[in-house]
Amino acid sequence: MSLWKIAWRSIQQRSLSSLLTGLSIALGTALVVIVLVVYGVVAESFRDAAQGYHLILGAKGGKLQLTLNTVFHLSQPIENVPYSFYKEFTEYKDAQGKPTRGKYASAVEVAVPYCLGDSYHEFRVVGTTPDLFNKLSYGTYPDGEPKYYEFSGGKNFSADDFRGAVIGTVAAKKTGLKVGDRFPITHGLAEDEDAHVHEEDAFHVVGILKPTGTPNDRAVFVNMEGFYLIADHVKPVEKTTTLPQNPEYQEQANRLQLVDKTLQILIANGELDQEAKSQVKKVESLLSEVRKAFVGEESGLENEEEVSSASTEVGLPSAVKAADGPTPLPENQREVTAVLLLLKNDVFSQILHNKINEGSVAQAVYPSREVAQLFEGIVGHIQTILLILAILVIIVAGVGVMVSMYNSMSDRSREIGVMRALGAARVTVMSIVLLEAILLAVLGGVVGVILGHTTIGAFAPVIADNTGVMIHFLELAPATGFGGWSISPELVLIPALILLAVFVGFLPAVVAYRTDVSRALSHSP
Amino acid sequence: MLLLKNISKAYSEPDGTKLPILKIVEFRVERGEQMLLVGRSGSGKTTLLHVIAGISRPDEGMVEIAGRDITQLSEAGRDRFRAEKIGYVFQTFNLLPGFSALENVLLGMTFTRNTTNVERALELLKRVGLGHRLSHRPNALSVGEQQRVAVARALANKPQLLLADEPTANVDAGHQQQIVDLIRETCREEEVALVMVTHTPEIRSQFERVDELSQVNLVEHSVA
Repeated sequence: MSLWKIAWRSIQQRSLSSLLTGLSIALGTALVVIVLVVYGVVAESFRDAAQGYHLILGAKGGKLQLTLNTVFHLSQPIENVPYSFYKEFTEYKDAQGKPTRGKYASAVEVAVPYCLGDSYHEFRVVGTTPDLFNKLSYGTYPDGEPKYYEFSGGKNFSADDFRGAVIGTVAAKKTGLKVGDRFPITHGLAEDEDAHVHEEDAFHVVGILKPTGTPNDRAVFVNMEGFYLIADHVKPVEKTTTLPQNPEYQEQANRLQLVDKTLQILIANGELDQEAKSQVKKVESLLSEVRKAFVGEESGLENEEEVSSASTEVGLPSAVKAADGPTPLPENQREVTAVLLLLKNDVFSQILHNKINEGSVAQAVYPSREVAQLFEGIVGHIQTILLILAILVIIVAGVGVMVSMYNSMSDRSREIGVMRALGAARVTVMSIVLLEAILLAVLGGVVGVILGHTTIGAFAPVIADNTGVMIHFLELAPATGFGGWSISPELVLIPALILLAVFVGFLPAVVAYRTDVSRALSHSP
Repeated sequence: MLLLKNISKAYSEPDGTKLPILKIVEFRVERGEQMLLVGRSGSGKTTLLHVIAGISRPDEGMVEIAGRDITQLSEAGRDRFRAEKIGYVFQTFNLLPGFSALENVLLGMTFTRNTTNVERALELLKRVGLGHRLSHRPNALSVGEQQRVAVARALANKPQLLLADEPTANVDAGHQQQIVDLIRETCREEEVALVMVTHTPEIRSQFERVDELSQVNLVEHSVA
């Protein structure tokens, strides 16, 4: 008869006590499994959220805020940048129809513009182009292959379908939108009571995304052309969209432009009287003079008459509607909030990053870096704390095993004495006790792993519905580096439990080792 | 077969003094011989059996079994020797409650260097009349049946010496003779030397050799 069998029989003999100690280990193990798997899924989700492109470009300001806006659809957009800035990364046809390449276009594979500021229910609306779903990926599979967007219903909107929209899977579930449905978007946050709903500019659902496990599951994507045609989204006409390049007066021009913009908004909201309106004319005049002095051919205003007539154009122009369908908004009335850049070569990212940040128009951020910092700075700490707590639960359970076994040793002294009298050496009885501890730990651990995965499986649909993150019942915690190897922490769990068992079983095993056989046999049964 | 020479054993009292338990000049049992050891309570019978079995070590003297002085062995060596050469039947049977009858007999074979012989275990249990109770645990066996399992366990490794410490003390009067007969018969068949300790007067008369163990000295032989 093997020592394992003797140990197992001893466990069976104290079935209730064994069950309780095994259960405590199982619960602790299940908690660790849940934390590890969720940790891994969240980490992967964070990583995937910023995959598929090299840089995010946006107005100067906080890098994190730009990342939150663009990647996670959170927080308020910083500011907008000129549409002409976006065009510097694209190939397009000029006013004469001649193919033209933007300044940096040769380095760019895909440039996807983002127009933010609107929402539908609690979900952010992103004005963009079909390239987002046609040309960008949103992550990579374990083998390194990129993950491309797919549709569970419908398809991507086309460039000429100005009112086309694609809905993320979670947004679709929560709002009930289906392919073919029409819906208006709200300027600003939908929960704001004073927010204006663009009833007259409704979009229609062309496609619903399959789950990606990224924040894009919780967003609504509309054709940028249709986004621009909404009245609130038209940039006031300035007659020139380029800024002076002379660094000496650049700052002055920027300040004047900001003042001008603010005044335009106030006028549109009816917050300025006639006297204030005349001040607007003066500001516009000043702006024009600055440009005339330091910008040559690029200025859209060549003489005083043009300046004068421009300064009378206060208020917001309405959207232009063509008889056969909407006419795209002129480019000088457009702005973008951000641009996602996928470059032709990784080498270009550093060059462009530095070039853009040296300029005064926009900033460039590495999204994966910002996301990693956000994860490590906040989410990572929370996950680590949860993991420590879960491990402490297992250790407490282990201490429970030790106390239970130690207390049972006095009851088992006769049994140990009998085995010794039958010829078992001290080391043998000690080994039997250690094997009992190991069996309890391993069985509790196995049950705990099954319990943890079952719990994950049970809650997976709820998690998917609310976050878009898909977790499979059998999904192991993602592999992490350990001594040069990459291994899932779950595979280390059982060996770690065995070590814990040896540790907690040692004291009871020593008691068994030191049992006085004569005294033990003389005890009445 | 068994030879004790100049054995002395004393226990330490809490106040540090020594309480002598054994002082034996010579004690001998031949191969296949069956003898009874009698003495009043506290005379050191169990202690003597423990010394013979190697469970405890004498303070002085020699214990030779099958030509081997076991007092010269390490504790682990004595444990292994006991497993292979000595069978022990306890007063209170000492079957492990979590094991079946068969498993208790197999347990007796576990601590030797030999592989477990299941057929030997089955044969022994059949011989003691428990071939139909192999899977029963001790709490499902009668007192007499439990003692018979203990006898089978003690003989599992074909020992050369069987020590029985008051094997009938917890058996009802109706079954005591059966137990004694079983032990004597199986020892005879296996040519195992037997040293039995008992209080029961009726058994005393059945043995050719009966030794009385006084408080300190081994008294003369008493032939029944």
